[in-house]
Parts: sequence; C-alpha cells; structure tokens
Amino acid sequence: MELWYTEEQTKDVRFSIRCDKQIYSAESNYQRIEIFSTPEFGKILVLDDRIMLTEKDEFIYHEMIVHVPFAVNPDIKKVLVIGAGDGGVTAELTRYDTIEHIDLVEIDRMVVDACLEYLPDVSCKLNDKKVTIHIDDGLRFVRGCEREYDLIIVDSTDPVGPGEGLFTQEFYGNCHKALNESGILVNQHESPYYAPYARAMRLAHKKISDFFPIVRVYQAHIPTYPSGHWLFGFASKKFDPINGLDAEAWNRLGLKTRYYNTELHKGSFALPNYVLEQLN
Amino acid sequence: MSLSQKDAPLLEALLEYRENRIVSFDVPGHKQGKGNSELVDFLGRQCMSVDVNSMKPLDNLCHPVSVIKEAQELAAEAFGAAHAFFMVNGTSSAVQAMVMSVCKRGDKIIMPRNVHRSSINALIICGAVPVYVDPGLNARLGIPLGMAVEDVQRAIDENPDAKAVIVNNPTYYGVCSNLREIVKLAHNAGMKVLVDEAHGTHFYFGDYMPLAAMRVGADMSAISMHKTGGSLTQSSILLISESMNPDHVRQIINLTQTTSGSYLLMSSLDISRRNLALNGKRIFENVTILANYGRSEINKLGGYYAFSRELIDGNAVFDFDPTKLSIHTRDIGLAGIEVYELLRDKYEIQIEFGDIGNILAIISVGDRILEVERLVAALSEIKRLYSKPSTGLLDHEYIKPVVVCSPQDAFYGEKVQLPIRETVGKVCAEFVMCYPPGIPILAPGELVTRDALNYILYAKEKGATLLGAEDIETERLNILTN
Repeated sequence: MELWYTEEQTKDVRFSIRCDKQIYSAESNYQRIEIFSTPEFGKILVLDDRIMLTEKDEFIYHEMIVHVPFAVNPDIKKVLVIGAGDGGVTAELTRYDTIEHIDLVEIDRMVVDACLEYLPDVSCKLNDKKVTIHIDDGLRFVRGCEREYDLIIVDSTDPVGPGEGLFTQEFYGNCHKALNESGILVNQHESPYYAPYARAMRLAHKKISDFFPIVRVYQAHIPTYPSGHWLFGFASKKFDPINGLDAEAWNRLGLKTRYYNTELHKGSFALPNYVLEQLN
Repeated sequence: MSLSQKDAPLLEALLEYRENRIVSFDVPGHKQGKGNSELVDFLGRQCMSVDVNSMKPLDNLCHPVSVIKEAQELAAEAFGAAHAFFMVNGTSSAVQAMVMSVCKRGDKIIMPRNVHRSSINALIICGAVPVYVDPGLNARLGIPLGMAVEDVQRAIDENPDAKAVIVNNPTYYGVCSNLREIVKLAHNAGMKVLVDEAHGTHFYFGDYMPLAAMRVGADMSAISMHKTGGSLTQSSILLISESMNPDHVRQIINLTQTTSGSYLLMSSLDISRRNLALNGKRIFENVTILANYGRSEINKLGGYYAFSRELIDGNAVFDFDPTKLSIHTRDIGLAGIEVYELLRDKYEIQIEFGDIGNILAIISVGDRILEVERLVAALSEIKRLYSKPSTGLLDHEYIKPVVVCSPQDAFYGEKVQLPIRETVGKVCAEFVMCYPPGIPILAPGELVTRDALNYILYAKEKGATLLGAEDIETERLNILTN
C-alpha cells in the first residue's frame, strides 16, 4: 500500500510527501496532532492538516527565527517564546550561554508531550534548566507582562484555529507592553505567495507597524511550507536589524549553523518587489 | 410511534425529501438551486436543496398536522410548555402575537418602559394602550433594571381593567424581575402574563439559571432560539401554557406570519431544540464558566466593571443572568459605544452592543475560551491606549416617558416633520432608539422631553446608530399637529 500525506495548501494546490507510517495521532482540546515518518523528510509534525516541521528542514526555520535577533542584540538575556511546543526554537536559543531565562508558552500540552516522546532530536532542550514551560494561551500570558523581556519569539501556527489570537492587534499591543526599551519581537510572518497567506502577512505587518517604530520583514526558503517562500517579522523599539547587525560579535561566538550566516542575514531583508508592494 | 427528545422529525422529513429527488414544479423557483448557481456557490448545495415549500410530507407551518406539529410538540415538551409555535419572522413576531392574542383596540397593557420596540409595535398594530412601569435605574451603571413587585402591584391597582402584564426575562443587560410573584399578582387580578424571553432561551436548559416563564406559570413566552440557542437568525419559538387557547393563538400568528415559512429556519429550530434538550445542561454550564472567567479577568484589569449577581437586591434586580457579559466602561473615560467601536474597528471583535455607559458581550453555545481571551486582551489594550478622565460623560440613561396618547393614535395621527431641536414639549409620532439594544428613547404618543432630546443628541455625538424615525438621519422628528 502507498501511504501519502497530502496537504491542501490552498483549495487549488496540494503538496504530498510519501510516508512510511503514522507514528502518532491524537485530537487535543485545540487541534488534531499527527506525526508521520517519511523517507524524504524524516519525521514530520502535522497540526490540523498543516506541516509544522520536518526533521529535514526544521533547521532553516529555527535558525532564522532565533539567530537574526541575537546577531542584532548580543545582550539578550530574557526571552519569551510563544507557541513552539515542539522545542525547535528552544534548541537554538539554549546555544547562547548569555541567556538567563526562557519562558515558553504553549497552549497545547499534548503537542509538548508528543514531541518529547516522538521528536526527541527537536524537543531535547525543552527540559533545559533555563526553560520554564507554561501551558497557557499566549495572548493571556503576554497580557500579564510589562517591560520584562529582551526578545519575544512568536512561533505560531497559521491564523486559523488556536493560533488566531497570535495575529491580532491586541496581541501585538500586549507584546509591545511586555518588551523592555530595547525589546525585539520576531514572529512567524506567513508567506507572500498564495492569497490567504499573503493576506495574513499584510494584516500582521500592518498591525505590528501600529506599535513599533522599526518594523522589517525577512525571508527564508523552507521547502515544506506553502510556496517554499516564508517570511519572518522583525520589530523593535530600538534596533534596526540591518544597520544594527553586529556581525563580528556574532561570529566570535563560533556557533555552527547550517542555514544562517551574517552575510545571509543582510540579504534576507532584501525582498522581492512583489513582496515589497504588498507590505507598503 | 412515540417521539422522544432524541428525534428531530422535521430534520428527518427533509433528509427523506432530499433522498427522494422529487421533481418540483412548485416554488421556490430556484428548484434546489439549479436556477441560481451563484447562490449555490455561496450557500452550498446542501442548504439550497432543502430550501423548499410546504408540501404534504413536509407539513405546513400555517396549519401543522404532521412533522411540523411533531417538532413543535417536542419543543413544547423540552421547554415545559403546553404548546409551542415555530416562528419564522423573528422574536418580534412572537412578541406581537402575544400582545395581539390578549389585547384589542383600547385595551390596557402593563409593561416596563425598557421593552423592546416589538412590544410597542404590536400596540401600533392592535391599538392597545401601554401603562408603563418605571423599571428603576442603577445610578452607577446607568442601566434600567427589572420591575419592582410593588410597582407592578400599583400599576395593577390603578388599572384593574388592564388585560395583561409584559415582563422582560431577562432584560438585555441580564436583569430579571420577580417573575413568580408578578405572575401571582397578575393572575389574582385576572390579567395574563406575557414574557419576553428573547434573551432567556438558556434559562430552560442550564442549571443555576434564573427562573423561566413556563416554570412559574406565565401564560405566554417569546423565545429567541437564535440568540443563545444556536438556531438560524430570525427563527424563534412562541410558548403558551394551558391557560391559552392554542387555536386562537395560531389564528393570531397567521394574521401576520408568512405563508411561505422557511424550512431552513424551521429545521434549525428542530435541530437546536434537540441539541439543547440533550446537551443544554453541559453547554450552558460551559457558557457560564466562560462568562464568569471573562468577568473576573476583566474586573482584574481595573477601570472596567463587569457586573453580575452582586447586583441582586431581591426586587428590581431579583435575579441576574450569569451568561451575560455586561461591562461598565465609563470609569476608563469611554462611553460604551466608543469601546464597542474600538473593538470592532481596531480589534475585529464584534460585540452585541454598546450604550452610553456599558457594553454587552453575548456568550453562547458557539463560544470558546480563545475568543474570550481575545476580548479580555483587547479591553486591556483599550484601557492602556485610549482611556481618558471619566468626567464629562453623561451619567443618566432612564428617561421617564410622558404618554399623551396611544401609540396607534399617534402613529396614524396628523403630523408634521420638525427639526429635532424644535420638538421639546411636543408629542412624538414615531420611535427613536439606539440599535442595538432597540429599546425606545421615545415611542409614538410620548412627549418629547428635554431629557429625551439631550439623550438623543448625546448618543448621536458618541456615534450611536439611531433609528426608528422616518428621517433616517434623525435630524427631524414627526410631531403630532393636534
């Protein structure tokens, strides 16, 4: 029998990966959680029929969402991560010895438990002593914080289902409140290509721009996300991500990365014209 | 075959009809959607295929003898009523049917002033005369309350010839009167009790809810299944007790109700009734938990006051509906209507209404904790970004009506249109209200007082939608000439 995971990326476009077998399947209070093993991408995590990560290409997403802010502000000490129950963001963050504390807020305990059990290579640092896991709605958690964090990373699902609250005016406003004077907000910023994702991208950019003086968008190539062309948002009260890049300081750390480097850092902020047109 | 609450006879008949692939040479002309592909794309084939007309296997709403009759009987059983009527012209039509079932031209009817416009509309149609009971006011919140028992008693004593008493159960804000006592007083005086339960569907199914009309012996009740019960907009149920003649009530309903009752609306009533009968207890327990959570989080934000059962005073606030999330906003220096607009325009959150001092969020069968979190977070942001000193906000809401003539006489009387600022001391021939909530500031036949005019001008300035007047801008009012 042939077993294929097929994702309806839009109502007219499908993306398929051949699977060896289904490893895990459960319905939580918030979403359907599935893990498959596949010959091409290793194990893949799927939430509500959307690929969240694959073992083979997760490094691109996680390196880009973590190292970009650190190359701009090497003094980041306290980090809030929203979503990211798979642990991929934490794995990159804990490579920085200078971090003092990481609060990770994931709404769905079952995602954390499933990843700890079935995706240990990704989730291995969830139990790091610097990490406190809060099972809570990110919107609720951030509402109670004021000037506390140097960095907030929003590793959300798409803005349908439990991730919806993480694309709202009230969420970005509360993030602004939760960051200190030099705070940086980095978020999963959807894709510019297919219309529904592009709409979410435009709205998120507009809303973030209401709160932060510096708002930029950067990109990466992620093969298993719709269109492969994925964006991240960089918003800050103080740091410009291009002029503020401290390449020397970051390179001195000697972190070995497979996707990110400080030259790519600069280039990732150079966006295609059709993307710029949508953002302006 | 005897039916139980697990059945949905109208739903089953429609499923059967769809299976049978009947060739239709009747209306509606779209013929299961074949004649309107754009509408099919929009609403879906499933929906269009059961948008059908009355026919033998599907019964007839005007004269129910089979599946509609059975569905209505199950609804009556679920609500503890003697009879139930499916209404497809909204709860407004159910309220009108109640009034017209017990009143005719010149009859008096006792009602709180904060009735929905549909009650007064019914008076315009049938010619009955309102006797208003001042519902009292919570001065801090600026909201009208329920009717105090002694005020109802006084109205009954002063108007022993009145035919009926109308009670809101609850008001839009969630306030309940002492319905059991009012029923007793009215029945002792030979009057019927008509209950507007547009916002009270859940009282029949949830635990720890205020008393429902049919449980305390009221004669009729209008239920908005679509408001908190999950059916389609415009579908409602009229309940009556043993004290009413169901055949007479059906005749009254048929005076104004469509003869082409929508099967989409009716089947949504049947399906929702089954859901509430089987799962209502659990559903409304969850709704109450969500509302209580929202209230406690909003109160922790400071500045807002999400009020609830602490308002209960045993009389004008005899009970309070815990599923209503009513929030007083004036202490952050914003009128309710301003918060309402910010929520919608800035935060993409649509709440039920905002008035001068309050907003109301309806929590119902369809809500989840995620949305409540959004509301709380947005209110927190609105306070942080937009709050102002609270001085200068109008602090009054209840405007005592001065009734000069019956709504019908005023509505059909000789009139002239005047600029609104020139109308004080004259008799208004039409409604003016903010919508929602749709409670009249002025009703036909009432004197335009300085208070009423000030309130209208203030509401306009704050951006409330005013309607009811012939002039849709409410710049001019129809005034009686004699």
